[in-house]
Amino acid sequence: MTRSTFNHRLLPWVLLAPQLAVTAVFFLWPAGQAFWQSFLRQDPFGLKTTFVGLGNYAALLADPYYRSALWVTAEFSVATAALSLGTGLILALALERTLRMQRWYTTLLVWPYAVAPAISGVLWWFLFNPSIGILPWLLKGLGYHWDHGLKSGDAMVLVVIAASWKQVSYNFLFFVAGLSAIPASLYEAAAIDSAGPVRRFFTITLPLLAPTGFFLVVVNLVYTMFDTFAVIDATTKGGPGQSTTILVYKVYQDGFVGLNLGSSAAQSVILMGIVVLLTVIQFRVVERKVEY
Amino acid sequence: MAAITLKGLGKSYGSGYAVEGVDLTIADGEFVVLVGPSGCGKSTLLRMIAGLETVTKGDILIGERRVNDVEPAERDIAMVFQNYALYPHMSVRQNLSYGLKNRGMSKAEIDTRITKAAETLELGAYLDRKPRALSGGQRQRVAMGRAIVREPQAFLFDEPLSNLDAKLRVTMRSEIRQLQRRLGTTSVYVTHDQVEAMTLADRLVVLNAGRIEQIGSPLEVYTHPASAFVASFIGAPAMNLLPVRLMSGALAMGDQRIDLPPGLLPPGLPEGAGLLLGIRPEAAVLADTGLGFDIAVSHVEELGAARIVYGQVGGQSLVVQVQAGQDIAPQMRVSFPAAALRLFRADTGKALT
Amino acid sequence: MVERRPFLTFLSHAVLIMGILIVSLPVWLALVASTHGETAFTGGTIPMLPGGEGWRNYSTMLGKGISTSGAPPLAAMMLNSLIMALGIAFGKIAISILSAFAIVYFRFPLRQLAFWTIFITLMLPVEVRILPTFKVVADLGLLNSYAGLTIPLIASATATFLFRQVFMTIPNELMEAARMDGAGPWRFFKDILVPLSRTNMAALFVILFIYGWNQYIWPLLITTDARFYTIVAAIKRMADVADALPQWNFVMAAVILAMVPPVVVVIGMQRLFVKGLIETEK
Repeated sequence: MTRSTFNHRLLPWVLLAPQLAVTAVFFLWPAGQAFWQSFLRQDPFGLKTTFVGLGNYAALLADPYYRSALWVTAEFSVATAALSLGTGLILALALERTLRMQRWYTTLLVWPYAVAPAISGVLWWFLFNPSIGILPWLLKGLGYHWDHGLKSGDAMVLVVIAASWKQVSYNFLFFVAGLSAIPASLYEAAAIDSAGPVRRFFTITLPLLAPTGFFLVVVNLVYTMFDTFAVIDATTKGGPGQSTTILVYKVYQDGFVGLNLGSSAAQSVILMGIVVLLTVIQFRVVERKVEY
Repeated sequence: MAAITLKGLGKSYGSGYAVEGVDLTIADGEFVVLVGPSGCGKSTLLRMIAGLETVTKGDILIGERRVNDVEPAERDIAMVFQNYALYPHMSVRQNLSYGLKNRGMSKAEIDTRITKAAETLELGAYLDRKPRALSGGQRQRVAMGRAIVREPQAFLFDEPLSNLDAKLRVTMRSEIRQLQRRLGTTSVYVTHDQVEAMTLADRLVVLNAGRIEQIGSPLEVYTHPASAFVASFIGAPAMNLLPVRLMSGALAMGDQRIDLPPGLLPPGLPEGAGLLLGIRPEAAVLADTGLGFDIAVSHVEELGAARIVYGQVGGQSLVVQVQAGQDIAPQMRVSFPAAALRLFRADTGKALT
Repeated sequence: MVERRPFLTFLSHAVLIMGILIVSLPVWLALVASTHGETAFTGGTIPMLPGGEGWRNYSTMLGKGISTSGAPPLAAMMLNSLIMALGIAFGKIAISILSAFAIVYFRFPLRQLAFWTIFITLMLPVEVRILPTFKVVADLGLLNSYAGLTIPLIASATATFLFRQVFMTIPNELMEAARMDGAGPWRFFKDILVPLSRTNMAALFVILFIYGWNQYIWPLLITTDARFYTIVAAIKRMADVADALPQWNFVMAAVILAMVPPVVVVIGMQRLFVKGLIETEK
């Protein structure tokens, strides 16, 4: 049945006006600008602008720094998603077995979600500070000399941990919700069919949790690709070298620091393409989840 | 109070008509029930009177006023919805007063009306509760109360009892009837339940596929259905409709031959014409009074007060209802009084008698 | 659980407690660091147990700020953060509920276009269009202003979709009953829709408050005047100085102050927070 509606021609536009205005001025217009800019090139003094077609894109793909940023982004995203999803799942499974303490455990595990990525970065930066940090001191005892300022591997570990830390609570909450949606009668039926805890996990929990898992993978990828800008900026600033420069960070660096407008715009457009792709996948996954 | 007049009313949703050619005059103070199977257009018709659906063609008049383009709130009518549509965040009192407040009624007048309605519907103890703290029957009463306090020209009911359990439905049915009698407010009531329709209505309007099949008092509709559709829809168990052929002044059904008393058959029917012979199951008599069949009984349903016998005659199934305690033989003769027989044209379904 | 397995239950508690300890470790150390004097950080490793300088550190940061790094007092920055977080949360809720109302309860030409225009904002996070958006805000003269901090961030498809979802679950008959009761669009919105979406609004508010408070790159770019600094964005400026000068006690005090408001909101309104989080992702 279709919804009945009010008969008004003007009123809906009045109601939509604020949202549409903000969207047009701060979303569509800048996105259009980025799109147009991506076909232009300015000389270093900003005096002359020429139309270069797909020149900026071609230059990007040929640029070893950009290709390295692509690779760094992939590494960083996959590592962060894996670490935070895995930890979130283990904690959620553990929570399921506890009965009375659930509320307390949940409270003590969800609050990091409220911490800003930038703050999370500063916290871990402090912990890993090569001269006074507690973790380098412990590592030295194990014979490892930690220095994220010089070693690119160390820098990557730092940003992955800092980015995962707050995301664990998010994944934990969604896994808990996913687990509690599995009917208890299924476990009881399986127990009667003499399936032990391990077998129950692999034959019931895991398959029924899969939709939640797919959904979280996509959301986590979006998070690591865009929201982690602050983590990088607050810790390594993309260094050492370019070893932790992810795509969003490079857009900012090339645009605001390097003032290479055409290239930065082309990178923006590529990123928008990635977001569109991820959003489409996300909606597909959500649809499947709903269907299930 | 006012009469409601529908003139050539039609509603289309782009392709085809959901309601078409409806002419109906509902007298002031009358209780009219629109009945029919789901999808027959009865709800659409009611919603058009309410102003919740636009009119594609024809006119709606409340009193003398043409209301086709009048907002629902300004038609001076009240509606009781199937799911009650009570505002969940408001107390019973607020639910009752909302429509009055919106009309700018004074606080004193609102209080008087609510007190009166609460008394009528025995809702006094629940005025400060939220709908979710009420039982199904109480919610139904609040929905009624919301209509009553408005003191409108007409009440519109959209299957208001279908969410209640069977027992409560019977109680509420008679409450609605008594209330309407007392208030004397013109009422239009939609239902798919023919028992509800029969018990409530001053006049029944039977709808099928968007058109009116018959208008009449419950008894008229029951005894003289205007079409085979009405015959099968009104009454339970449904009227038997046996396909027969006109053969030299009598009816032939397989190898059975039924001689009709003179006068029952309208003149001018061609020899061999296809007809439907309508027989109410409850008109059956277990004796040979002349007009009847030999039936082979397949099974019997025991209802306590009555027995429903399912049988076969000439390759057709036949249902008859007999008093409790009467003996049922595997093969037996059932007869019918000639006055209980109805004839319909097989092609159009229209009644001939 | 189906049967008793004491070992598994014990393991579960152990895993959870370990998890909580690891998750809390950085904050514990930050809290400890914020209670020591500067000298605690000059040699060796950081202290593990609280010191006695906490009061001095926090009152210095709140009242005076760190003069050497040009940071204004934190109290002022926290106020800015609060204004920004509240502005974004209320702004988003207000414009989203209005547009969801328009989309669900009206049929008008170009309705689909309006819907897709709102939808597309989902695909344009600020990080992606940062440079041209900055330019628009600069051209509008909104740099170093509260309007510049909030308005560009208040269009949100997520919130609009959430309200759309909520409205779709409200039975049609409620709107019809209200119409028969003489309520026009505005009265229906105010008397029925808003009260019925109150919990959803509260849940959304929790999420949006955190979102607004935690903004980083946007305030960092558009505020050059210290009067408009927000605490999250300004911490980085201080930390950079601390790396050179041993002011960790002050920086960590700032870190703790920056995370307290959103964390308190999440813990205090845990149920609303979980509801909001799960609903906005649907």
